[in-house]
Amino acid sequence: MTATVPPPGAKGSLRRRLWRLAETVTTPVLPADYLDMVAPLRAGADLRGRILAVRPETPDAATVVIQPGRSWRGHVPGQYIRLGVDVDGVRLWRAYSVTSAPGGRTDPITVTVKAIPDGVVSNYLVRRVRPGTIVQLDQAIGDFVLPQSAPSRVLFLTAGSGITPVAGMLRSGALAGSDVVLIHSAPTSADVVFGAELRDLAARGVIRLVERHTAVDGLLDVAELDTLVPDHCERETWACGPIGLLDAVEQHWAARGATDRLHTERFRPTIITAGDGGTVTFTRSSVTIEADGGTPLLDAGENAGVLMPSGCRMGICFGCVLPMRQGAVRDLRNGQLTTALPGDGVRVQTCVSAAAGACELEI
Amino acid sequence: MTVIQKKAVNPIAHLSAEDIETLGKELDAIRERVIADRGERDAAYIRKVISTQRKLEVGSRVVLLFSLFPPAWIVGTAGLSLAKILENMEIGHNILHGQWDWMRDPKIHSTTWEWDHVSPAEQWKQSHNELHHRYTNVVGKDNDLGYGIMRVDEDQPWHPAHLGQPFYNFVNACFFEYGIAAYDLELREKLKDGSLKNDPQFRANLKATGRKLRRQILKDYVLFPVLSGPSFFHTMAANFTANLIRNLWSHAVIMCGHFPEGVETFEKTSIEGETRGEWYLRQMLGSANISGSRLMHIMTGNLSYQIEHHLFPDLPSNRYQEIAPEVRALFDKYGLKYVTGSLPRQVFSAWKKIFRLSLPNRRRPGVVEENPTPALVPAGT
Repeated sequence: MTATVPPPGAKGSLRRRLWRLAETVTTPVLPADYLDMVAPLRAGADLRGRILAVRPETPDAATVVIQPGRSWRGHVPGQYIRLGVDVDGVRLWRAYSVTSAPGGRTDPITVTVKAIPDGVVSNYLVRRVRPGTIVQLDQAIGDFVLPQSAPSRVLFLTAGSGITPVAGMLRSGALAGSDVVLIHSAPTSADVVFGAELRDLAARGVIRLVERHTAVDGLLDVAELDTLVPDHCERETWACGPIGLLDAVEQHWAARGATDRLHTERFRPTIITAGDGGTVTFTRSSVTIEADGGTPLLDAGENAGVLMPSGCRMGICFGCVLPMRQGAVRDLRNGQLTTALPGDGVRVQTCVSAAAGACELEI
Repeated sequence: MTVIQKKAVNPIAHLSAEDIETLGKELDAIRERVIADRGERDAAYIRKVISTQRKLEVGSRVVLLFSLFPPAWIVGTAGLSLAKILENMEIGHNILHGQWDWMRDPKIHSTTWEWDHVSPAEQWKQSHNELHHRYTNVVGKDNDLGYGIMRVDEDQPWHPAHLGQPFYNFVNACFFEYGIAAYDLELREKLKDGSLKNDPQFRANLKATGRKLRRQILKDYVLFPVLSGPSFFHTMAANFTANLIRNLWSHAVIMCGHFPEGVETFEKTSIEGETRGEWYLRQMLGSANISGSRLMHIMTGNLSYQIEHHLFPDLPSNRYQEIAPEVRALFDKYGLKYVTGSLPRQVFSAWKKIFRLSLPNRRRPGVVEENPTPALVPAGT
């Protein structure tokens, strides 16, 4: 790596000068590249974590215990982190809610992952990852959190892995003394993530728990809320689950004029549907065009007047590689699809890639 | 179609256009198979090589702090030479080819990597990946054919200045990285056509190279000697020696890639409208391998599999050895000559050519040589 990035946390001119000196000694790589070999979790390093344990929760969900690096700034219950793991040698990033209660900055954190069919990362985390593995992390973000002072009456409306941000809130103890109702949907009793813990909370009277086993009783209809929780519109409500549920909930609360008491969290749809051609946006050039599935992005950009870097134009020199912020492209040589979501850090060879859906290129 | 067609016996005359396209498809299939299988094992390989190289470099540099003591000087210099060779060949060259881009690791990526070499990665990528790999062995297009200072093909016109080329080649070998930096800047061309001053791109490139050169020199010839205290001059000499050894080694390996006897060259017009199959064929005929041990292959950055590398410049280098038998089988199937030999043999062959071609051609092009062996007759003899 070229020594151009200022070291994180370097304060004071003496320290900065020493760091510069270290850079001239280690050039062309950075001092950090050497330090990462021995202390990947040290303060000042890119945020990473070490997996301490993986605990099964249900047949297809597991809790991953992570020791974050010293750069970790902590989280607020309900927030999520982006997690970068190397699956079959390829770094892939996904977002997961932090399910542990906030602790000290050096305390381990947990995320709870549900393996979805064909989910490359989720299946890797639930079934394959081994303790000791180093993963990449981002600081916790998200505004699906409790207010400073806990509301007196609370409703949580969750389904599937939608329980994960709520688990963090329940475990934090911030709701002690509040009247809390949790309506949670899962296919069967065995599929309820944190089932035993939730039932225990209910048994101890900390929350009122309504479990909905959809394989038997069908999906929850929002109209049923009137009987299940008659005062639901007066409660501060946090809802997290599939898009269908959230859409219905938002309509329902809007119809009752209670939108300001509803907080929803939509997990990013992680499936980008690939098609043939699509809208290509060259973000920094502010150019948007329609490209067909047979035209290389390089040609499409050049035809639209974008100053595209280029080289051999046949896929061998890597002189045309650009970051794809999000979208899907198809390799014209073999039809292979590459998809990207924001933060994935995917770069594509524009001379041999065509749009396979909407995509955004950073140029 | 090519310079090779000027030859008495054209080594590809027996191939029809269809054969060449089928050959291309068979090579595509090899590439697809490796890509489908690429994964954790490959990622672990490059990470291990990088970590080994860094440990070796740190260890050697620490030993060299005491280079006043002859054993420390010898061990440190040997270690640093190896580390520098690994860094340039198996790591730098291959990462800058995009061989590891698929890992999506921003630390090991062709767009972010910088190497221990005076030519900035950006400029080297342009002249090497874009020009040399695209126009491999096309006389007048691929400047790697003699780097613009030597005549390595009968079809390159002779000039009295070529009489000195064995000497230039030796000097270039000793200071190879500086030669490459000047070459990547196209310094010679720019001096010739007088566009030095008014070309903003060139000035920007020159500035970048200057910056890189300063950092490289500061590290090897000022900072580490200073850190060595009383061993100042010994460390300086050790670093110079390590750079010299790295230069001689990489020059030798690279010379073996395209200069040995038996490697074909091509006419500029031959690549107009070139198909995928024809491009593959040109890479097959235009490159030569080096045979040797596993360690030798790693130290050459697997450029000892030059043929496989030129066919698939973006496949991970650790895979070249694995696919070599299949590639070789295709050479046999299509009646082509797979040029390979031991390092001493190939180096000798390349040097012989440099000496021979420092003189004008002995025979007129197109004249049949005695006992012509198709792929062994260099272009135009």
